Amino acid sequence: MRPLEPPLPAGPDRLRVDGLTVVLRRSKVPVVEDVSFSVPAGQIMGLVGESGSGKSTVGLALLNYVRRGLKIAAGSVRIDDTGVLELSGAALRRARGSLVAYVPQDPASGLNPALTLGFQLREAVRIHADQLDQGETVDDRVGLLLDEVRLPDAKTLLRSYPHQVSGGQAQRVGIAMAFACRPRLIVLDEPTTGLDVTTQRHIIETIRHLTDTHDVSAVYVSHDLPVVAEIADSTAVMYAGRLVEHADAAELFTAARHPYTVGLLDAAPTPDRAGALVGIKGRPPRPGGWPSGCVFAARCPYVTDECRAEQPPLAPIAPGHLLRCIHPVPDERRREAAAAPVAAPPTTAGVLEVKGVDAGYGGAPILHDVTFGVPAGRCVAVVGESGSGKTTLARCLVGLHSNWSGEVTFDGERLDPKVDKRRSQDRRDIQYVFQNPYASLNPRLSVGENVEEPLRFFERASRKERRRKVLEALDQVALGSDFADRMPDQLSGGERQRAAVARALIVDPQLLICDEITSALDVSVQAVLVEQLRELQHRRGLTMVFITHNLAVVRSIAQDVIVLQGGRLVEAGPVERVLTSPQHPYTRQLLADLPRLADPVATSS
Amino acid sequence: MSVSPVTAPSAPVPVRLGTGRAHPVRRLLLWRVPLGVLSVALVSMFTYFATRVLPGDAASAILGQHATPASLARLRAQLGLDESAISGYLHWAGEFLSGTFGKSLSNGQSVTAEVMPHLVNSLVLVVVVAVFSTILGVLAGVLAAYRRDGLFDDVGSVLSLVASALPEFVVGVFVVYVFAAGVFSWFPAVSILPPNQRIWDQPEKLVLPALTLLIVTTPYMFRMVRAATIEALNSDYAEVARLKGASPTRLLFCHALPNAVAPAVQVSGLNLLYLAGGIVLVETVFQFPGIGLTLVEAVRTRDVTVLQFIVVLLAIFYVSLNIVTDLIVLLTTPRRRAPR
Amino acid sequence: MANASSIDDLTPEGVNVTRAPRSGAVGRVLLAALKTRRGKIGATLALIVLAIAFLGPLVPGPSPTAFAAPSFSKPGVPGAGLLGTDVLGRSVLARVLNGGHTLILLALASTALAVGLGALLGVFAAYRRGFLEGLLMRGVDVVLAIPQLVFVLLLMSVIGPKWWLLVLAVGLAQAPQTARVMHAAAQSVCERDFVQAVAVWGEPPRMVIRRHVLPNLTTPLMVEAGLRLSYSIILIAGLSFLGLGTQPPAPDWGVMVNENRLGLTSNPWGVLAPAIVLAVLAVGTNTFADAVARANLGEMRGEETVIAAAVTRENE
Repeated sequence: MRPLEPPLPAGPDRLRVDGLTVVLRRSKVPVVEDVSFSVPAGQIMGLVGESGSGKSTVGLALLNYVRRGLKIAAGSVRIDDTGVLELSGAALRRARGSLVAYVPQDPASGLNPALTLGFQLREAVRIHADQLDQGETVDDRVGLLLDEVRLPDAKTLLRSYPHQVSGGQAQRVGIAMAFACRPRLIVLDEPTTGLDVTTQRHIIETIRHLTDTHDVSAVYVSHDLPVVAEIADSTAVMYAGRLVEHADAAELFTAARHPYTVGLLDAAPTPDRAGALVGIKGRPPRPGGWPSGCVFAARCPYVTDECRAEQPPLAPIAPGHLLRCIHPVPDERRREAAAAPVAAPPTTAGVLEVKGVDAGYGGAPILHDVTFGVPAGRCVAVVGESGSGKTTLARCLVGLHSNWSGEVTFDGERLDPKVDKRRSQDRRDIQYVFQNPYASLNPRLSVGENVEEPLRFFERASRKERRRKVLEALDQVALGSDFADRMPDQLSGGERQRAAVARALIVDPQLLICDEITSALDVSVQAVLVEQLRELQHRRGLTMVFITHNLAVVRSIAQDVIVLQGGRLVEAGPVERVLTSPQHPYTRQLLADLPRLADPVATSS
Repeated sequence: MSVSPVTAPSAPVPVRLGTGRAHPVRRLLLWRVPLGVLSVALVSMFTYFATRVLPGDAASAILGQHATPASLARLRAQLGLDESAISGYLHWAGEFLSGTFGKSLSNGQSVTAEVMPHLVNSLVLVVVVAVFSTILGVLAGVLAAYRRDGLFDDVGSVLSLVASALPEFVVGVFVVYVFAAGVFSWFPAVSILPPNQRIWDQPEKLVLPALTLLIVTTPYMFRMVRAATIEALNSDYAEVARLKGASPTRLLFCHALPNAVAPAVQVSGLNLLYLAGGIVLVETVFQFPGIGLTLVEAVRTRDVTVLQFIVVLLAIFYVSLNIVTDLIVLLTTPRRRAPR
Repeated sequence: MANASSIDDLTPEGVNVTRAPRSGAVGRVLLAALKTRRGKIGATLALIVLAIAFLGPLVPGPSPTAFAAPSFSKPGVPGAGLLGTDVLGRSVLARVLNGGHTLILLALASTALAVGLGALLGVFAAYRRGFLEGLLMRGVDVVLAIPQLVFVLLLMSVIGPKWWLLVLAVGLAQAPQTARVMHAAAQSVCERDFVQAVAVWGEPPRMVIRRHVLPNLTTPLMVEAGLRLSYSIILIAGLSFLGLGTQPPAPDWGVMVNENRLGLTSNPWGVLAPAIVLAVLAVGTNTFADAVARANLGEMRGEETVIAAAVTRENE
């Protein structure tokens, strides 16, 4: 975190956005409405929002660019003295890259797979060759850029194609391209999403460093509050195409007043405290379905009739703190819910014992000698970065991946590596929930039929009986009976994932293996799901293996944790112990690199 | 937790390098060439046994009512029908490999003398069509993609859909009606050549057959190049390039085209494959003295030796073209060519 | 949306399409196609020709094999009918009206054979994986090493023009293509988590294929059937044209094009009329297949690319 800035921006504004409105080209339905903000020179503004909030659309509009089917309908974007939205043709092309630059979300797809990194970097410089210093060549500048983003071994790198480098390296190249022509403003669209925490930390530091040295302002678009808390000087929160709150970063993360912002903060998991996550129920309204009053009214716990009558304005409530709400959340309420610790059932004998498991894919080893146990009624979190073998481990346990050796016993019985050689009872007792909510339900069957599927196989029950069980299972994950007759594509990601959990629960399993089931979900939705799982564990004494890449979420769900690195188990133990006094340097590194929100309790006291 | 905290020193993770595996090109060749040889062998077997076993007795089928015991016996010996099926095949395959292809049953000429001049004519036709359809298809496809949903794109898309659906002999007949016998009479309606002449001696006879095949093959190229270019222009990397300030021409030529090469090569290959069969009908329409017409004649006269020769030849062409196409696609796709 | 990269922004045409409740997979796929302009045009064209082919024989008029007027009489000549006469002086109109139903029935039969066999092979191989999959698909590659038309010609030359052989040869010639397409489509479905999920319970393969794989292959299967039908028509008409399909004097559009070529200058209708109906039929079926693919592309893309891409990005 940077030291507290004065409440009002000090220098002149580098970027000024006024009344920006983006609409669907055909229907003229707004997706972004009347967005105004400014960013002082050299500062970074975080633009936070969940899926569909329109934050990326705003980010791109700063370069006078919209995706197919959209149109900028009104507003102005001024960078220094240039009105970007008034530019067109060659003038606009000159501005893009040299006045304002862009770093895409996915470094892998943002780079052209058919061209070398060298070509693409040089191109970024060459397009605006007029801004090179006297006597500086394109290659000089490229070399300088690679130094700045700390990419060593430039020669090999420049000759490489995008698929040959890691995600972190690709994103550094993306950042180097954006800084190539020393722009005045950089728009970063979720530049670290999908990267491991250590890489993420390095990228964030590089961005901070570069903006400071070159006096560049930045708009950092992200859904990830802790990351924004780490990098931004000020933060704006978007919901359903509108700014709902905008304040100094320190103020926003400690004294948020908008119910939505507060909800987001309550939903964000933290490794520092055991605490229940509080999700936001419901879904944001879609463009075209925005209410005439406050857009958050339908999901807001403080809603009154007044809120639904008309849209509140974005008004200052304190110096430098803008809010679009007539019932601001009282300051002292923040993080009340955080007090409740997760109840941990007593340790009993292990239900699942994993001993010396080695696994590989087509000759390539993935897991080495992994040994751990899952005691009855407890939840073990398996934490690891990409490539750590965590998903392979889960698939070995359930028998979807059978190329492994070692011993796995369940209830004292040894499990066969292949699922179809396991006893029917074992297949029933161990259930698995997949990572991708959009692929785990059969799109041709209704939600109810999907949930019923394992029942049809394991039990001979009457149709009425099956229906009753389906509704019961759906009810356990808080999906009403009307969901049973919907088709999967009518459900949101979070709802689909809950239906997938219901499908696993319908056969009364003893062990539930969840493979990164929240990773595709927004934090507010993730919180709902995690809470439900925790409650289920508590109520039904369900034993769980919870695979995740996010160390922060571990404390909210699990009692034990194992950490995998490169296919080896490097640390295991109770969550409290591992997170407060990690033994292995790798775990310590992971914890240190994890971006966090300032603890409001600590800060306010 | 039933396991002691493990804090073993983290051993370096073994890094897999591309060196452990064969180079993609070598891997492709090692895999595809033997498979190709096998394919051709199987096709030759199928052809041989089909022409020999199925009709009961090929010799009497060929000679029909004019068969005399003596002529039947002679023909049986010539076809190897007096041997067992397997030794007959081995005998035939051995001769084929050593370059002895036998004599045509209809006129007693050696098969090579009968087929080769026609093969050359067909090759000229196929190459001309392939070259023009590639040039035309790529240009039109890129232009349509660049001006997407514009007039050119709309008209091109509809025309290509219609043209690619038409039976080639129907196109041939329309072409004849329009350019030779009906509306205009600019070109000869039939491409019959005097003996000892090649198609390049009378190039005007090449025009209509080539035009017909061009109408049939170009739409595939157009559609594929258009789709590939549109996909590239809509990609994240094109967006990034636009936001770097790249001009539309730079976007098209430096960013979109390199990604459209592989699909274009693929379609070129497919078009050539198609042409290997498509010439049969078109050559018949125009009586063009090529390998397709020869094949149809051989079928009609039950000239088994010529039939076997042409089918195996076409199979070799097919298989090698497939390999070459895949090889070029591999070489023009860095993601597949360069090891990680 | 053109750009699949954004999880943030809602798509204009939208991922969140609320679809009507199911009304049978095949019906739904076809209905979606019929709602597009392309689908309407394709269906109309094909239906017109189908009407000519199947209602044509019911139309009163001269016999398609009887002499009507001197050969290649133009339409105006007395007794020649609306389209004049052909090479043997028979009414072109009568022959066009009577020359389609056999062709279309044969094409339908070969399509059924090609798609049935091909889909069976492709889906089975994709689900079984391993050695058998490799063997089957390499076998498909080998058959694909013979040009379709040449394959059919070879069979026809050996046994002679028989209608059952025509169906068999055209069907077999096309089955490998379908097998390849359906194999690829089935592979992508089999890799999806919901199929894997079923495997976790140990459901028998037959059930998995029937309940979970096949219903998700409706669209590619319909598209493939449309394309195969269109190619079968082309192939069978082509064979008749070469004299290896329907035999004279029976009326057949392919045969007619061949017979009447010499009279193109005297009475072009002898060639043009059958050529036009064939063209309209082929274009109609092909356009409709194209519309099926386009209309249902959204459903495949909605799940597979737009969101899955976003999800993978989140995770890896």
